[in-house]
Amino acid sequence: MTDMLTPVLTARWDQPDSFTLDGYKRGGGWQALPKALAMEPDALIAALKDASLRGRGGAGFPTGVKWSFLPQGDGKPHYLVVNADESEPGTCKDVPLMMADPHQLIEGAAITAYAIRARHAFIYVRGEVLHVVRRLRHAVQEAYAAGYLGTDILGSGFDLEVIVHAGAGAYICGEESALLTSLEGYRGLPRLRPPFPAIEGLYACPTVINNVESIASVPSIVANGADWFSGLGTEKSKGFGIFSLSGHVTTPGQYEAPLGITLRELLDLAGGVRAGHRLKFWTPGGSSTPLLTDAHLDVPLDFESVAAAGSMLGTRALQIFDETTCVVRAVLRWTEFYEHESCGKCTPCREGTFWMVKVLERLEHGHGTEEDLEKLLDICDNILGRAFCALGDGATSPITSGIQYFRDEFMQHQKEGGCPFDQAASTLFGGGAGGRPPEPAERSES
Amino acid sequence: MPFSDDVRSRLDADAAQIIGKYPRPRSALLPLLHLVQSEEGFVSADGIEYCAAKFGLTEAEVTAVVSFYTMYKRRPVGEYHVGVCTNTLCAVMGGDQIFAELTEHLGIGNDETTPDGKVILEHIECNAACDYAPVMTVNWEFFDNMTPGSARQLVDDLRAGNRVSPTRGPSRLCTWKQASRILAGFEDGQATEGPAAGPASLVGLSIAKERGWAAPRPASTSASTSGNGGQPPEAGKSPRPRGPARPRSSGQKSSPGASESSQPGEESP
Repeated sequence: MTDMLTPVLTARWDQPDSFTLDGYKRGGGWQALPKALAMEPDALIAALKDASLRGRGGAGFPTGVKWSFLPQGDGKPHYLVVNADESEPGTCKDVPLMMADPHQLIEGAAITAYAIRARHAFIYVRGEVLHVVRRLRHAVQEAYAAGYLGTDILGSGFDLEVIVHAGAGAYICGEESALLTSLEGYRGLPRLRPPFPAIEGLYACPTVINNVESIASVPSIVANGADWFSGLGTEKSKGFGIFSLSGHVTTPGQYEAPLGITLRELLDLAGGVRAGHRLKFWTPGGSSTPLLTDAHLDVPLDFESVAAAGSMLGTRALQIFDETTCVVRAVLRWTEFYEHESCGKCTPCREGTFWMVKVLERLEHGHGTEEDLEKLLDICDNILGRAFCALGDGATSPITSGIQYFRDEFMQHQKEGGCPFDQAASTLFGGGAGGRPPEPAERSES
Repeated sequence: MPFSDDVRSRLDADAAQIIGKYPRPRSALLPLLHLVQSEEGFVSADGIEYCAAKFGLTEAEVTAVVSFYTMYKRRPVGEYHVGVCTNTLCAVMGGDQIFAELTEHLGIGNDETTPDGKVILEHIECNAACDYAPVMTVNWEFFDNMTPGSARQLVDDLRAGNRVSPTRGPSRLCTWKQASRILAGFEDGQATEGPAAGPASLVGLSIAKERGWAAPRPASTSASTSGNGGQPPEAGKSPRPRGPARPRSSGQKSSPGASESSQPGEESP
């Protein structure tokens, strides 16, 4: 019987010096790299395939398979790029990981680079998290000084340079091909695929690009074995991951568990929805994953089950909203975000998000009609699958799911000539907190 | 007015260090833009010209990059960049109210600077700290679990020059220019200050420790992956059987076994 929570990635975070070399080593760190360097690179790739780790950045592609796509003996430099541009609304796992335990990521990067035969690894971290940038750089320096990075690492003959690269504010750069373009010193525009990064990535050379949590999972897999990892989780979604609860929940925070845990179980651990309130809607994996409702409390949070429920596991960013929250306001705000962050490359996304904001504003202010809902769905239909990258697809998720589950609430705005919700009731410090009853003005139908 | 010789030679030394890290020079453009921003507090026409010359680009090519990224400012900003997250979750949890009250309190709107040049206010997008909502940032350091009152106090302290400490960050806030220099790639010696993790980051770990929950111990201590010439890890050699995929008995809060809180990420002796 596996325990409900299984801290591995988060296991050291409560140590005051967990972000230092000493702290990491005391917790068992930097022991997987020597083991990896004693193996053949291909054996490491095979081990990751056997572990069945699936990408933790949202898409869930098998990490070992991704590594195996790199052509070998091609004479070109290979690159490892760690996607540390955590920006998907609701997602807040990689930032605390890098702040508390950057060595875990750097050890994973060193092992991965060795496996894919890369001599340069980049950690592309968003710029808006200054202390995380400091912690990463400090950890990289410590690792160099200890001989875990640099030339002839631990006498193995393997050389690796690790570069911490700070972004400059652009959600789109969390998309892997846009990130690579940005890392080359350009505007972060996504690229048409194929060719995929494994063939033509950074500088048109074979590149592995993985999420922080994926790479940070590598040391424990190497240390403990593929079997150990694949023994956790569900049949097709192996292993453990960090589940981030936020919003109207009694104890928001990070919960590391085998994939397949349910929101009901997580809410139990987190003390439930805040006192006096009930669950209205939630995102399983960030704002780009379609909303779910209280009908989905028992959906196992693994890739297959969440997909079967009509959404996506994404980044396990569980944003919880109670009945005081206006779904139209929430969807409008997310859509404003996508409109702001659309890079403009693809017309459906650039134009579509602009018009969807206009229509949603009208609806939120009580001037919308049933036709507007159809118009929104039509625009979504014209964006979904018609843009280079997933930002466009993601922009449609809150709208289509919001209308699917809360159509009446959209129209209620029209009937009442405006938003029927009291925004103060939703705040942490306002009417709703601390077990106070919901405001009488609140008239949620859902 | 172009940079003085002194400034230019200082920038040149820093720029050479940055560019030298990358396999191809142009990858250093974003860091160099952070660098020129650290010199002037914003990316000026001179800063753009400087970067363009470094890479053999036109000023238009560099400007196209600058205007794409929101962290580069094109006109002088305050000493303290104050961000209020108004993406959906933070907005709902109180970010909208905080932002509205700050604009009233400071008498400025979004992307505007107070007359004393101290504070620029900006509503920002999700900053990956949703479990600390509502979240604010100052010079891109975290200020967690804010209220309208604590937000007013924060900007008052900044304008008065009082010492301000981020929730999860160094013991003392640095200036906007200093922050830009860190982003460009330089140290300020403050990495080890502040907590390893904030309280919300630790809730799951705390519960696991209280209840004696942990990841299973590895099957064999010599780890199936240890160097045996390309063999994939061996399956099924465990002296201890692997657990089932996961307990499906919903509602069970505790589960037997694995009672002590080991450090599961580590290699067992």
